[in-house]
Amino acid sequence: MSTHTESMEVEDVVAYDEALTRFDPVLGLEVHVELNTATKMFCGCATGFGADPNTQVCPVCLGLPGALPVVNATAVESAIRIGLALNCQIADWCRFARKNYFYPDMPKNFQTSQYDEPIAFEGYLDVDLDDGTVFRVEIERAHMEEDTGKSTHIGGSTGRIHGAEFSLVDFNRAGIPLIEIVTKPITGAGERAPEVARAYVSALRDLLKALDVSDVKMEQGNVRCDANVSLRARVGDDPSAEEQLAVPLGTRTETKNVNSLRSVERAVRYEICRHAAVLDSGSSILQETRHWHEDTGVTTSGRPKSDADDYRYFPEPDLVPVAPTRERVEELRATLPEPPAERRKRLQSDWGYSDLEMRDVLNAGAIEVIEETVAAGATPAAARKWWMGDLARRANDAGTAVTELGVTPAHIAELDGLVRAGRLNDSMARQVMEGVLAGEGGPTQVVDARGLELVQDDGALEAAVDKVIAANPDVADKIRDGKVQAAGALIGQVMKEMRGQADAAKARELILGKLT
Amino acid sequence: MPTHPDLTHLTAAQMADGLAAGEFTSVELTQAHLDRIAALNPVLNAFLQVDTEGALATAADVDARRAAGEDLPRLAGVPIAVKDIACTQGIPTTAGSRTLEGWVPPYDATVVTRLKEAGLPILGKTNMDEFAMGSSTEHSAYGPTRNPWDLDRIPGGSGGGSSAAVAAFLAPLAIGSDTGGSIRQPGAVTGTVGAKPTYGGVSRYGVIALASSLDQIGPCARTITDAALLHEVIGGHDPMDSTSIDAPVPPVLEAAANRDLTGTRVGIVKELTGEGYQAGVQARFDESVELLRQAGAEIVEVSCPHFQYAMAAYYLILPSEASSNLARFDAMRYGLRVSPEGVEAPSAEQVMGASRDAGFGDEVKRRIILGTYALSSGYYDAYYGQAQKVRTLIARDFEAAFEQADVLISPTAPTTAFRIGDKMEDPMAMYLNDIATIPANLAGIPGLSLPSGVTDEDGLPVGIQILAPATQDQRMYAVGGALEALLAEQWGGTGSVLDRAPDVTTGVSAGAVSEEAK
Ligand SMILES: [Zn+2]
Repeated sequence: MSTHTESMEVEDVVAYDEALTRFDPVLGLEVHVELNTATKMFCGCATGFGADPNTQVCPVCLGLPGALPVVNATAVESAIRIGLALNCQIADWCRFARKNYFYPDMPKNFQTSQYDEPIAFEGYLDVDLDDGTVFRVEIERAHMEEDTGKSTHIGGSTGRIHGAEFSLVDFNRAGIPLIEIVTKPITGAGERAPEVARAYVSALRDLLKALDVSDVKMEQGNVRCDANVSLRARVGDDPSAEEQLAVPLGTRTETKNVNSLRSVERAVRYEICRHAAVLDSGSSILQETRHWHEDTGVTTSGRPKSDADDYRYFPEPDLVPVAPTRERVEELRATLPEPPAERRKRLQSDWGYSDLEMRDVLNAGAIEVIEETVAAGATPAAARKWWMGDLARRANDAGTAVTELGVTPAHIAELDGLVRAGRLNDSMARQVMEGVLAGEGGPTQVVDARGLELVQDDGALEAAVDKVIAANPDVADKIRDGKVQAAGALIGQVMKEMRGQADAAKARELILGKLT
Repeated sequence: MPTHPDLTHLTAAQMADGLAAGEFTSVELTQAHLDRIAALNPVLNAFLQVDTEGALATAADVDARRAAGEDLPRLAGVPIAVKDIACTQGIPTTAGSRTLEGWVPPYDATVVTRLKEAGLPILGKTNMDEFAMGSSTEHSAYGPTRNPWDLDRIPGGSGGGSSAAVAAFLAPLAIGSDTGGSIRQPGAVTGTVGAKPTYGGVSRYGVIALASSLDQIGPCARTITDAALLHEVIGGHDPMDSTSIDAPVPPVLEAAANRDLTGTRVGIVKELTGEGYQAGVQARFDESVELLRQAGAEIVEVSCPHFQYAMAAYYLILPSEASSNLARFDAMRYGLRVSPEGVEAPSAEQVMGASRDAGFGDEVKRRIILGTYALSSGYYDAYYGQAQKVRTLIARDFEAAFEQADVLISPTAPTTAFRIGDKMEDPMAMYLNDIATIPANLAGIPGLSLPSGVTDEDGLPVGIQILAPATQDQRMYAVGGALEALLAEQWGGTGSVLDRAPDVTTGVSAGAVSEEAK
């Protein structure tokens, strides 16, 4: 606990581009992930989100005198799977440790964590950047620990403990299993450092989701990022050059609990600009934790943090060491899903999407629904067109998810099948979709009910073509003179004659056949 | 049936037999103990809480079940006292500390659950040094317990309340906890039996932690057989305690009946005899060795060279773990809450500080400060780290010694009970009481203390300690049972050293507590 008064004054910053001309940013990211196990890390209490305060507690997670912890085996397996997915080594033998410090929402006044013997260490995560390049983030360690309770400070202006009249503590969160994933210093990112930070957290989130070890809802605090930033002098133009990497690291600040992807990028960017201003003024960076303010887009000073912070770690004597057998580790390795980045590459190649198309699909979070639609028989192009086009707009207008509209991957596949069989044209397909959206049934049902079917009778079409050519001699002459693009005007009229139920391609074929 | 006047003086095994035979009821037996507690506890201060209602309710329930023909556990209906370090649902649990005054746990320690399942009426909670830090029970926030042998003297510690209760026939059995000798040393200085099982042999769940890697729960009794009976009730794996041993309880009751010492190799630990041990303590020890030899045991001398570092290592590991274990007593969720004087709208941190200052006694603060220092970065390797290495060396000393001997023996404590107040100003002198008992905790091996007579110089009881390899608890009961029988034969009477204790009821009525000791 600190009585350090927070400085709320706005600090000087240097423009980002200018800062980068003189400084090389180095990042370190610590991500806390709440696991989705049914029970807590060291007791049998439930972990569901949103329960009434202090209803999911017991002597163990309340830190009552005499209570003892027992390790949640599922949490250990989740930790191992995360470690493996991050290409880490898994410890043969490791222990929990006590991190000792006093805080009212920490029931035992120590956190049962891991210190110098993490369950997983020495790994990496390859991160896709916007320009299509891949940046490798080295992972130092992933270790297991327990969450604290949640304090609500009543009264006072800051919502923080300082100045509050009283505080309420909910211990439902106390003891929820956490995995803390710590990167090595991320160097060589240069001006892309803020983007790398966001992309890393995003990639990590995708990975955890694919592993099904966490609900990964950043807004509920399932994934919390602490961003360490430091600057060092820039030498040369290549942030990965030997001579740049040889420059000693600067003093870092740690911006705590940055809880959205956008904020991660903004907070890193802000700290780079602020550090540059401090260093430019001839001052030095104070090693401290900082708070990110989403609304104003700035960080403010938190608590001085130094290497003198002493948590008096020692091995947790109430727990026995964790010693996963190599056989078990290999069994868990076999349960790993395809890495999200590899999966994306495979799907993009299979589907034949351009980089831009693929990025749009990813940003829209439509990869799963498209995969299901293709699996149901639609072409990748049709699947993308529907989910990213009309349906995306409708979902957006309705403020709902595209998968909540009542249209299934099977519907899209069926509709695409009708178009490819020549039974519907595009505008008719859109009408059929209206029917599906209106709850009139599946595409075939809507086609039948609405009587929507392309006229397959060439005689009727030919008669319509002749009628339109006769009525538009000027246009017909232009086409005869070689202005083929003028055929569009005639096709439109033919379609009108046919009340839309004609194959436009066939109409074009007939028109051009007659006039050229 | 009228209450038998001497029911309280039976052994627990005799009580169990009498209950089974219908000679008396558990209600009568329990009431006899409650009456004796009512008469003597005001002077002895062995109990901090007496649960008259609860004990009689359990007794009545057991009587009813027995009358209905139910097959009951052997000790069903035999009352017991529980050290105030084990959580008891509905009965205040203080660990001898002001900080927990009036705190009523919402749950039972596993050891308490097992007592309840076995049908033992719980008479109440016994006095102890605050958070089990001490060797005299003088560090209790609720006043010292007096030794029934001499009311001016200490009953040992930290479990002086349990041992005094057993020695004064306030309870036939009691639960103790032993971190560095807190069951064995009080047993020695009160003329009773105390056993510390192998580390992990009895669940620690619900027992307020002093030093997690050293703490062990065990039985206090007047005979080896009684201790073994209780050991079998409370021992065994508990899924709530990760450090509890997942194996059957060693066959201690069967071992306690052993009378044959032929060929048993008994090792005398050279480092735990001689200099520093009171003459009478050494004399009684030597006599026991001679009895064992005559009974056919093979006496060997073993050396444990690293024991000289045991005390230093212990007083680093214990305070380190304790400083962390006791951090939870912060006045936020339970326990004494004090606002700092002269501070308007104090912060949570200030309330924590003031409450811990008011709630903890000097010895507790001393050890928290020691432990906090020893764990600090920059000092960790030199203190906690080194102490753990010493611990390994001590375990190796034991391993080597057990190559040569089936059990190891030593006097349990270097002196008989000292006078209340004598060592309060000299922590080091107090700590030395546990010099012979600490190595077993550091190595996690089992040990028990058996009365081996009274000294010529002060007429006070002394104990012999018997140590066995980890998980081989039955060995110490086998040798203890045999030696107990040999000593009883020599002493005559009931065979108990307590025959020679002054009648504490007379002492009380005569107002024998000196003014000085009050
Ligand atoms: Zn719990």
